[in-house]
Amino acid sequence: MIGIVIIGIVTGIALVWITSYNSLVKHRNWAEESWAQIDVQLKRRYDLIPNLVETVKGYAKHEQETLTKVIEARNVIAEPNATRNERVEQDAELSGLLRQLFALSESYPDLKANQNFLQLQEELAGTENKISYARQAYNSMVMRYNTKIESFPSNIVANMHSFLRNDMLDIPDEEKEPVQVRF
Amino acid sequence: MFYTQISRNKRNTVFLVLAFVIIVLLIGAAITYIRTGDYLSGALFAAVIATFYTIFMISTSTNVVMRMNHAREITSSKDQAFLWHTVEGLSIAARIPMPRIFIIEDESPNAFATGISPKSGAVAVTTGLMKRLSREEIEGVLAHEIAHVRNYDIRLSTIAVALVSAIAILSDIGMRFFIFSGGRNNNNKHPLILVLALVLVLLAPLVAIIMQLAISRNREYLADASAVELTRNPEALASALENITGNSSPVEEASSSTASLYFADPLKKKAATLFSTHPRPEERVRRLRAM
Repeated sequence: MIGIVIIGIVTGIALVWITSYNSLVKHRNWAEESWAQIDVQLKRRYDLIPNLVETVKGYAKHEQETLTKVIEARNVIAEPNATRNERVEQDAELSGLLRQLFALSESYPDLKANQNFLQLQEELAGTENKISYARQAYNSMVMRYNTKIESFPSNIVANMHSFLRNDMLDIPDEEKEPVQVRF
Repeated sequence: MFYTQISRNKRNTVFLVLAFVIIVLLIGAAITYIRTGDYLSGALFAAVIATFYTIFMISTSTNVVMRMNHAREITSSKDQAFLWHTVEGLSIAARIPMPRIFIIEDESPNAFATGISPKSGAVAVTTGLMKRLSREEIEGVLAHEIAHVRNYDIRLSTIAVALVSAIAILSDIGMRFFIFSGGRNNNNKHPLILVLALVLVLLAPLVAIIMQLAISRNREYLADASAVELTRNPEALASALENITGNSSPVEEASSSTASLYFADPLKKKAATLFSTHPRPEERVRRLRAM
């Protein structure tokens, strides 16, 4: 009789252990996949910027300084050993610079009428929005993962198998506004 | 707060679907009770019919709905870049595959979503919506539609519509049975239960339709709340709603069978009744502003 009870308890614990472990892995992968989404969009923006700079160059020769800054900021984002939060911060800086660049175009009617420029502007604005959506998805996945790590009984399993807390991405308030594009 | 609204709405939906299943079983039982005094075989019969009908309805595809509304598909970001990017961004935030995008040539601003799972999802917007609303408002409306896709609302409403049809068919069969077998072979039936069964057969279709529309209205609130979860911008959605409902022309391409899928009631019926597909826009705006 006692044997059966012990077997029951052990099986119960084992089951809880396995489900907790699997669910931790699942949540961690969700968070990782959400980060990959941000990365895809960062890469997309990285690829679009040279085209934009080329297009603007032809019309706004005097804005060399802004253009150089944009290119520099772009190159920093590609830095391979930056942490996630660093990359997102640099990305926010780039957003600010791009906003300046689009504001500049107001004084160049030819540029503003350029079909290629308009399309790039739309693409970049779209990508920027996607980055912020992806960031939001990442944060909510990280929140769920962290909650899982801290709540009973999965916290015991998380401790034993060293599942570590992920950091959420934080952005200064003034960077939260997406690039405003008006037609 | 939108989190509490989402969970309350999910709970309500479970209750409503359970009630549907009970009605289906009861009406089946009533039919065979009228006929033979046995209720078990009827319940079983009804369950089979309802299941068959539901599977049939679910397997009819997105394309049918889109064709019904004369929609044109957008297949690259070159065409309607803003629309494309917004839908793609929102589906990243909602963590679902990007749905197909359709445009309906119609001056009345509106939008709808379809697809029985996020994998087969599709959203459609009218040209009027793209013209008349600001970018933030359009984003709010699209987020509402993406929320319908993510919350499996279309599957739920398809099931509800299927069950309503199944109940209508069953009720019809029940009435025939009663007319053709009335007066004969009534010895083993309790007259009171017989009357109750008859009332049930008569009223069930009506009750089912009222319930289906209650589900539909309920899911609108849920989609509004989820849209705010995605965009964190309740004001844009509220003003989009005011803009859309302030426009009084109905969507010309909308048929009444797809009305419940739209962002706002496309048929523009004035009074809010038990038979409305959507909650009153004023109430939706009030709840949005309270978030």
